Amino acid sequence: MSTQSSRATARLMVAPSVVLLFIWMIVPLILTVWFSFRIYRLLSPERNGWAGFRNYTWFFNSPDFWLGINNTLLLVGGVLAITIVFGVLIALLIDQPVWGQGPLRILVISPFFIMPPVAASIWENLFMHPQNGLLAAGAVGMGIKPILFLESYPMASVIFIVAWEWLPFATLILLTALQSLSSEQLEAAEMDGASSLSRFRYITLPHLTRAITVVILIQTIFLLGIFGEIFTTTQGGPGSASTTLPYMIYKQALIAKDIGRAAAGGIIAVILANIVAFFLMRSMGKHLDA
Amino acid sequence: MGKIVLKSVRKSFGEVHVIPSVDLTIENGEFVVFVGPSGCGKSTLLRLIAGLEDTSSGIIEIDGKDATMLPPAKRGLAMVFQSYALYPHMTVRKNIMFPLKMAGMDLAEATRKADAAAKVLNLTSYMERKPGQLSGGQRQRVAIGRAIVREPAAFLFDEPLSNLDAALRGNMRLEITELHQTLKTTMIYVTHDQVEAMTMADKIVVLQAGNIEQVGSPLDLYNHPANAFVAGFIGSPRMNLLEGADAQAMGATTIGVRPEHLDISSTAGKWTGKVSVAELLGSDTFLHVNVEGHGSMTVRGGGEINLRHGDTVYLTPQAGKVHRFGADGKNMA
Repeated sequence: MSTQSSRATARLMVAPSVVLLFIWMIVPLILTVWFSFRIYRLLSPERNGWAGFRNYTWFFNSPDFWLGINNTLLLVGGVLAITIVFGVLIALLIDQPVWGQGPLRILVISPFFIMPPVAASIWENLFMHPQNGLLAAGAVGMGIKPILFLESYPMASVIFIVAWEWLPFATLILLTALQSLSSEQLEAAEMDGASSLSRFRYITLPHLTRAITVVILIQTIFLLGIFGEIFTTTQGGPGSASTTLPYMIYKQALIAKDIGRAAAGGIIAVILANIVAFFLMRSMGKHLDA
Repeated sequence: MGKIVLKSVRKSFGEVHVIPSVDLTIENGEFVVFVGPSGCGKSTLLRLIAGLEDTSSGIIEIDGKDATMLPPAKRGLAMVFQSYALYPHMTVRKNIMFPLKMAGMDLAEATRKADAAAKVLNLTSYMERKPGQLSGGQRQRVAIGRAIVREPAAFLFDEPLSNLDAALRGNMRLEITELHQTLKTTMIYVTHDQVEAMTMADKIVVLQAGNIEQVGSPLDLYNHPANAFVAGFIGSPRMNLLEGADAQAMGATTIGVRPEHLDISSTAGKWTGKVSVAELLGSDTFLHVNVEGHGSMTVRGGGEINLRHGDTVYLTPQAGKVHRFGADGKNMA
């Protein structure tokens, strides 16, 4: 792509898909903005007229709002922390030559293939259930009172389930990054007198920065919208202890059947996502350059 | 101090005996070159000395102490890798200071040493750059800088010039030789290029299939090759190795004549042949001659020779310059 005419052709060729993607993005966004300023309740005959900023102020004044924002960020941060720390450790582990490496890697990656509500149901009913769960059985076996995971620690339990689902993704990306590290660099560091911990700290970890950045950026996008796991397990409860912003939007749209408020919540979520993205790109964008 | 002694060192990977058994003494301050065709075990031998591979049996002594079981860092050796193995996320300064940092040296002292090394290697103006912004030769010098700041007992070079272009390779060859003369530290240098071996070494170790074929000074190997393999490997262009009646007439299985030890005549000589290719280098001319009964032979003549494809030439080996090899390949002289 060096000459002027080839660049022009390239732009022309790319244009249709760019236009299509732009329409695909802008139409729902404009509609959501439109609805968020309208009075639009499915259960009420009064469906016309402007609401002004009332849909927004309702959200900001709602007692659950800041809790919801807090929980959303907690979920994103918690899952990121768990998946990156354990992703690096597991990747280091399964990078070692062991017998049955192929099947082992497939096993490690398999949670990612399980759809979110199924994964959440499995954890809720087979592991965390206070009567039938494996963890409860273990606790009883040791003579301890079973922990009511979803009731006592709803947010932590949801974070754990989501982290379990996303761990394979992080592991996979970090593993491929690990495999691209030249063994001569590690050997050079070994000759230079670096202990295995120093080799990890000064050679392996810097080599993984870009992969870690990619994991953080991609996961953040998906984690900001986590809904299925909460819907399946805690329903945002007990009370509203595990309510997140997407779950609040769901409650407004499909339980309260207030499209206007749900749309306002959606716009708030878009703004939140952009703020998070802004700070992420500010702090980590430089790691993406070669 | 860097005297390195290998005593019946063996290395096997499973059933594959890469190094059957090697005995070798490297004196303090020597520049030793391991040379051999690819897959001859020269790099493995270097890695055994470095401690990056475990010996299957045998003893490696460094400065009179048994180092066979010591980890690489404790052997006091520094290595320069073929791919340079620089740390890409660190600046040149940090790369050079890394071994000192690992040794826990205080920062001011480490900086002073890194600056001194950079001065020796002409890297002073590149200290704040990352390896990715350097040329091949500069990276090579950073790798050497990282090795010299540690003041090791010996330097190990694993084919350090093979990624450089021909002109740069010639320069770096000189620089490394000069470095050796300045530091007077033991250096072990692995290469498959016999020109590097001949020009740099105090002592050449020729390896084939994990066995030492011959150890000696460059001219020693050139003038008195122990066997047909060394004779064919050392010297450029290759020695002509002939078999058959001519060899038997001299009581040998194989005879060898170097291209520079054949006299060319247009009237009479021992062998008759036709020139297939004449390589004119200006200073020399290499003639590839198809000799009746022997196939292709290489002859080195002066730059002024005017022979072309298809010309008939007569070749005669110079008296006393013919090497005779027995049925076992050993030199019979």
